[in-house]
Amino acid sequence: MSPGTVASLDTVALAAATPDRPQPYEELGLTEAEYARIRQLLGRRPTDPELALYSVMWSEHCSYKSSKVHLRQFADKAPRTATLLAGIGHNAGVVDIGQGYAVTFKIESHNHPSYVEPFQGAATGVGGIVRDILAMGARPVAVMDSLRFGPADAPDTARVLPGVVAGISFYGNCLGLPNIGGELAFDPCYVGNPLVNALCVGVMRHEDLQVAAARGPGNKVILFGARTGPDGIGGASVLASASFGGGEAAKRPSVQVGDPFMEKLLVECCLELSAAGLVAGIQDLGAAGISCATAELAAGGGSGMSVVLDRVPLRDPTLGPAEILMSESQERMMAIVAPQHVERFTAICARWDVPATVIGEVTGTGRLEMTWRGELVVDIAPETAADQGPVYNRPAARPAAQDALQAASPAALPRPASGAALLDTLLALLGSPDLADKTWVTEQYDRHVRGNTVLAAPENAGVIRVDEQTGLGVALATDGNGRYSRLDPYAGAQLALAEAYRNVAATGARPVAVTNCLNFGSPEDPAVMWQFAEAVRGLADGCAFLGTPVTGGNVSFYNQTGDVPVHPTPVVGVLGVLADVRRRLSLAFSGPHARVVLLGATGPEFGGSAWAWVAHGHLGGHPPAVDLAAERALAEVLVAAAADGLLTAAHDVSDGGLAVALAECCLAGRVGCQVSLPGDPFPGLFSESPARAVAEVAPAAEAAFAALCERHGVPLTELGTVGGDRLEVTGCLSVPVAELAAVRGRVLPALFG
Amino acid sequence: MTARVGIVTFPGSLDDGDTARAVTLAGAEAIPLWHGDRGLRGVDAVILPGGFSYGDYLRCGAIARFAPVMSDLIPAARSGLPVLGICNGFQILCEAHLLPGALIRNAGLRFVDRDVVLRIESTATPWTHGYQQDQEITVVLKSGEGCYLADPATLARLEDNGQVVARYRDGSPNGSAREIAAIASEQGNVVGIMPHPEHAIDPLTGPGAGGLGFFASAVAALVRPQAPGRTPRGREAPQRCPGAEDQPPEASEAPAREADDT
Repeated sequence: MSPGTVASLDTVALAAATPDRPQPYEELGLTEAEYARIRQLLGRRPTDPELALYSVMWSEHCSYKSSKVHLRQFADKAPRTATLLAGIGHNAGVVDIGQGYAVTFKIESHNHPSYVEPFQGAATGVGGIVRDILAMGARPVAVMDSLRFGPADAPDTARVLPGVVAGISFYGNCLGLPNIGGELAFDPCYVGNPLVNALCVGVMRHEDLQVAAARGPGNKVILFGARTGPDGIGGASVLASASFGGGEAAKRPSVQVGDPFMEKLLVECCLELSAAGLVAGIQDLGAAGISCATAELAAGGGSGMSVVLDRVPLRDPTLGPAEILMSESQERMMAIVAPQHVERFTAICARWDVPATVIGEVTGTGRLEMTWRGELVVDIAPETAADQGPVYNRPAARPAAQDALQAASPAALPRPASGAALLDTLLALLGSPDLADKTWVTEQYDRHVRGNTVLAAPENAGVIRVDEQTGLGVALATDGNGRYSRLDPYAGAQLALAEAYRNVAATGARPVAVTNCLNFGSPEDPAVMWQFAEAVRGLADGCAFLGTPVTGGNVSFYNQTGDVPVHPTPVVGVLGVLADVRRRLSLAFSGPHARVVLLGATGPEFGGSAWAWVAHGHLGGHPPAVDLAAERALAEVLVAAAADGLLTAAHDVSDGGLAVALAECCLAGRVGCQVSLPGDPFPGLFSESPARAVAEVAPAAEAAFAALCERHGVPLTELGTVGGDRLEVTGCLSVPVAELAAVRGRVLPALFG
Repeated sequence: MTARVGIVTFPGSLDDGDTARAVTLAGAEAIPLWHGDRGLRGVDAVILPGGFSYGDYLRCGAIARFAPVMSDLIPAARSGLPVLGICNGFQILCEAHLLPGALIRNAGLRFVDRDVVLRIESTATPWTHGYQQDQEITVVLKSGEGCYLADPATLARLEDNGQVVARYRDGSPNGSAREIAAIASEQGNVVGIMPHPEHAIDPLTGPGAGGLGFFASAVAALVRPQAPGRTPRGREAPQRCPGAEDQPPEASEAPAREADDT
């Protein structure tokens, strides 16, 4: 007999009568203490379906049990801002961008599934984050991806990277969302544990904001979207909350399978349902599937809910109640609907060919009750699963090797001195996979669909037009630097924030809010926990200083192979607002004779730099010094200059320093430039001091721009002029832009075909 | 009188909104047509937009071809109704046998999103008569199954009859036979194009405005249907696009302006 048939059914009554029956809590990822706590909460042993429900709800992935005590800082230190309509704790944060519009955005990891099955893992990562945005009542309008892999020439990277990119391409393109940017980086630390972080942004009118709460006894619980199958069972607990230690192939059924066509129908269907005013509460089904949706909706509404699990439409009729509760089948949503609206609700679903089924109703009991074959199999207080999971203040200790790592300064590394050596350094950087042309990847993504993409990769940030009449729009950038964070996780998190903030400002957008995806090793390792605590503290302090609240995000632990964790990798997404997207700045140098300037101050900063890594394979010392006041001043200059039309191009200076930034501006504009550098050319060209940008000044705007910089205390250095077809640094190097394009362009095609 | 251009939304259509924007910018009224409805609501022309109709499961366009709306569209197209299929729409037109040949996986087996330069080789269609012969325009190619194929006899016939509407100037980016990017039916009223003219109507959001001519041509043709094939330069200034005040559309001028760029 298959599991779930009546003969093997574990009911509430049976659980009360057989307290000593052994249960597989360890296999489901629960500790003995957690299991004991479940028994204590229930006053009996859990039924098998209840055990399944708690195991996924209390998983690290869903409960944030190891990170919660630290993440509180994002709320406690949050800057006072009137723009936040919904903050942390919702499916995604919601930001007021003016003119009655609100924007919701969030980044989330799908690291482990993408390693086990790259194509579907990455595809469903996109699908999951899109439903988070949809659940807030917003129309998803764009996606981005922040990707990190092992060494570009490692054999496993050739398996993982093309699959991940193809999965994102397959899902996002078919769903009809423009992919407007992101990151692609390589490092040996990610070889057995790639990072696949997907971001989605959505737009709504203020009045369209939805809540994830089941209120109003008698209201119906409707499950709609794809049918429930045996895929992704235990994804949150088995995959996302444990380290890999061999046997990955056996975990393949834990990876979900995506159907972007169904998701597209679901998006249009949901928006029509919301517009018709038929939705009293809504929740997406992601990690922990029906367990999570029912428990969170019931807990969110402070109500009870009764569910008839037999009514859940199945793709595999042999599934039992525990599997139905744990399944992470994609493209499903759950709505709370008043009885008088059910008929119209299901009619709209039918018009979109989206199956919709009433599986239960809201009750006033305060209990989450579920039946199967007429027997009560779940009877819990929903908040015990949703909000009262275990919270761990895990031991954290600065690793002993941290001092030695910081002492290994790059100051002693041999530096290029001659012009020829400086040119070789530039070509080596542009020919390194991290800084190479990413067209091989971005060309596989539709960046035009919906017709509102104003800027996309390789620009500083993606820019999406929100209102065609007024030109109101948003900019988004994601950044992270595992090397910086490895050297100093507090500074590394702030540098990631600063770079994304700077990238958004470089388009002319005013940075307003932050999302983050915190990718770390095992929280059970005190050294990793120290990295995590430091990174969160750094990010919270940075956001407080810059006035950009964290609106939501995601923690991904257990990113390690055996005992070796990945670099601590906080990835930070910053949202900016552009009053008029026609005023946006591109990074492309635009024309001959325009003047090029450097904004910000340069020091000799090479710890964690692209140069130290590419030229010497060196990682040590301290990352560049963070100066958030300088970042804020620089952003104010860029935003004001864009609005006033004082600049024709701008580009942030980061990995690879000024030399790489100038090369990227030339390559984007297909034009050369001639610059002169004061002082020692090596730090001038390759230092990674933050709070800097390259800018091309609009004709006749030189004086106004200089005055603006002076007003904000931003150092301004004249570099030279745009023109010709070579990148020339007086007295140092001169190279055809076409050669830079060739060096940078052949890297990824040579590696991946 | 304003021309009314129907735009069909299938389950999985993605560029229907973009196509409506282009039609509006060109001065026509965009009329939504639903795949499951019968009748064409009295429109003067129909566009099948890009996307992944029915998820493109089975074969691109193979299921959409049987949608109820197609039962009315197919005979109307055979009777001369101007029909434009873009990307997935082109695939549907081939599946419906309104156009010859087929579209298969790109030669590189990967989805490609890239700006491409097209050379307009036939202005004898309602969708291209506003262009000049051999005019070059830059539009967006974004497709995974954009490789146009037909048997040699069909290809020869297409070329002999002037049914090749546009070719990729710089070589085929997807393996298409003879660099074919767009073809027309024998009557010329049905056109299928793989790249996306609707994504090239405004330099703010695309590679120039060179694609606008497809929509402006149709608008002009529909206003004066008795004179297809002529270039209505400077006529019928279209209504201004909301939000495009800095860039007056000048629809009928756009193709010529684009030619200067490329």
